[in-house]
Amino acid sequence: MNRALLIQILKNPWTINVIEIFVVFGMIMFTVAYLSLLERKISARIQYRIGPNRVGPFGLLQPFADGIKFIFKEDIIPNHVNKVFYVLAPAIAIVPALLTFAVVPFGSPTTFFGILDEPVRLQIADLNVGILYIFAIASLGVYGIVLGGWASNNKYSLLGGLRSSAQMISYEISMGLAVMGVLMMAGSLSLADIVKDQERCWYIFPQFLGFLIFVVAAFAETNRLPFDLPEADSELVAGYHTEYSSMKFAMFFMAEYSNMITASAVIVTLYLGGWQGLPVGGWMGLPIVDKLWFMPLAWFCTKVAFLLFVFIWVRWTLPRCRYDQLMKLGWKIFLPLSLLNILITGVLIMMDVY
Amino acid sequence: MLETVLFYFFAGAAIISALMLVMRKNPVTCAVSLIITFISFAGLYILLNAHFIAAIQILVYAGAIMVLFLFVIMLLDLKREEDFLSRLKAQKFFGIALAVILLAEVFAAISSINGMFLTRGIYSAENIAEAGGNTKVIGRLLFTDYLLPFEVTSILLIVAIIGAVFLGKKEN
Repeated sequence: MNRALLIQILKNPWTINVIEIFVVFGMIMFTVAYLSLLERKISARIQYRIGPNRVGPFGLLQPFADGIKFIFKEDIIPNHVNKVFYVLAPAIAIVPALLTFAVVPFGSPTTFFGILDEPVRLQIADLNVGILYIFAIASLGVYGIVLGGWASNNKYSLLGGLRSSAQMISYEISMGLAVMGVLMMAGSLSLADIVKDQERCWYIFPQFLGFLIFVVAAFAETNRLPFDLPEADSELVAGYHTEYSSMKFAMFFMAEYSNMITASAVIVTLYLGGWQGLPVGGWMGLPIVDKLWFMPLAWFCTKVAFLLFVFIWVRWTLPRCRYDQLMKLGWKIFLPLSLLNILITGVLIMMDVY
Repeated sequence: MLETVLFYFFAGAAIISALMLVMRKNPVTCAVSLIITFISFAGLYILLNAHFIAAIQILVYAGAIMVLFLFVIMLLDLKREEDFLSRLKAQKFFGIALAVILLAEVFAAISSINGMFLTRGIYSAENIAEAGGNTKVIGRLLFTDYLLPFEVTSILLIVAIIGAVFLGKKEN
């Protein structure tokens, strides 16, 4: 194959898109692996321990050791389970977690130092229903947990699955309503437009109430402490994945971490300005956005990393809340508050404040 | 080309999962088949350029309503559905008969249209894109031309919610 043809193929938008998909997938998987190490390290620090430090320098090869261990552990399928759903559930859990990332813009459109003729957007797909797509796919994520819990044919697993479905329904509503404020300000469902509009000002400031609701709901949707009731080790053994072992357990684990990454990326995109620079004024009109394309990208990753740290920090700081408290918080506090947020935003838009 | 392949893929998935829904005995399998049917419908909507409807289809039906279905099925632990089915032998007979009648009716209806409704209206893919995407178009239509039906529907839904709350309330 001659060089010119190869370059032409590489410059094709389809090829670029496929490369983007592979890079994003690889990055998420890599982050998932190191997030597990980070979680153990940070939890150790919080509890005044050292944490894993035996495998490689500073324990940096620990994720590989974990991976090898997961693959070589005996994969037990208990006799009393519903085999089809038992095997499918981990896959159903992880696929939506990875799919959601497709609409998140992780950098400004760029030509990569002029290598490409036309700027390419650093986003796998710019759907005009971007936010709805995120909610739609995220709402499917619960099936992995529910079906895994049911197929295990174990009362603790079933309870975990039931809790998960109730929790998901309760928090999805306030989450969706909280985002309404962002939509009203941006006037678009496309995440690329929302990030572009945040050049004026990150939405966390005008939408602080919505931001709080969204973040707490995101904790509930990712089943992280203080809302990890589907898992709740102290009451339900290990909740929905009690009967899972080896790689199938690892897939639930990976799903939880990919969900965390996606949730952080969505929070950054909606409220923390995505790849925009300063809280007010974006990159201040500097030529960074078109020339130094890696700066917005790195800044986006930094914000996501910070939120991931917050996720871990909260987990090892707060105790688990009771189930009735969780439901009360979702329906009696967050639902009215998110409606209030819409009202306030609407009034301020009418008064031309935003 | 790609669209045709995708159409047959989603249509096939919808039909197969719909058949699974009525033919399987296990209620959880049935519910999951229904979820697959809804997702295939969403795929078909996307092929029709109705992205908004597709997203809402997954969000509301596949993501919310079916979670509640599964929740109830698991909570009640329906295991003896076979006894229940065996008591309703007549239902199978009438069900098939009614399905055949419905199918005949749909065929009759479609063949009597004679392409009357098959001509494209003003909402072609290009026009919608020009007006700012189909979310905007739907929103505008709901608050102008279809305001009354929209409001009536919302009142109906509120009545249903109030009714559900009233029925679900404890009796003291």
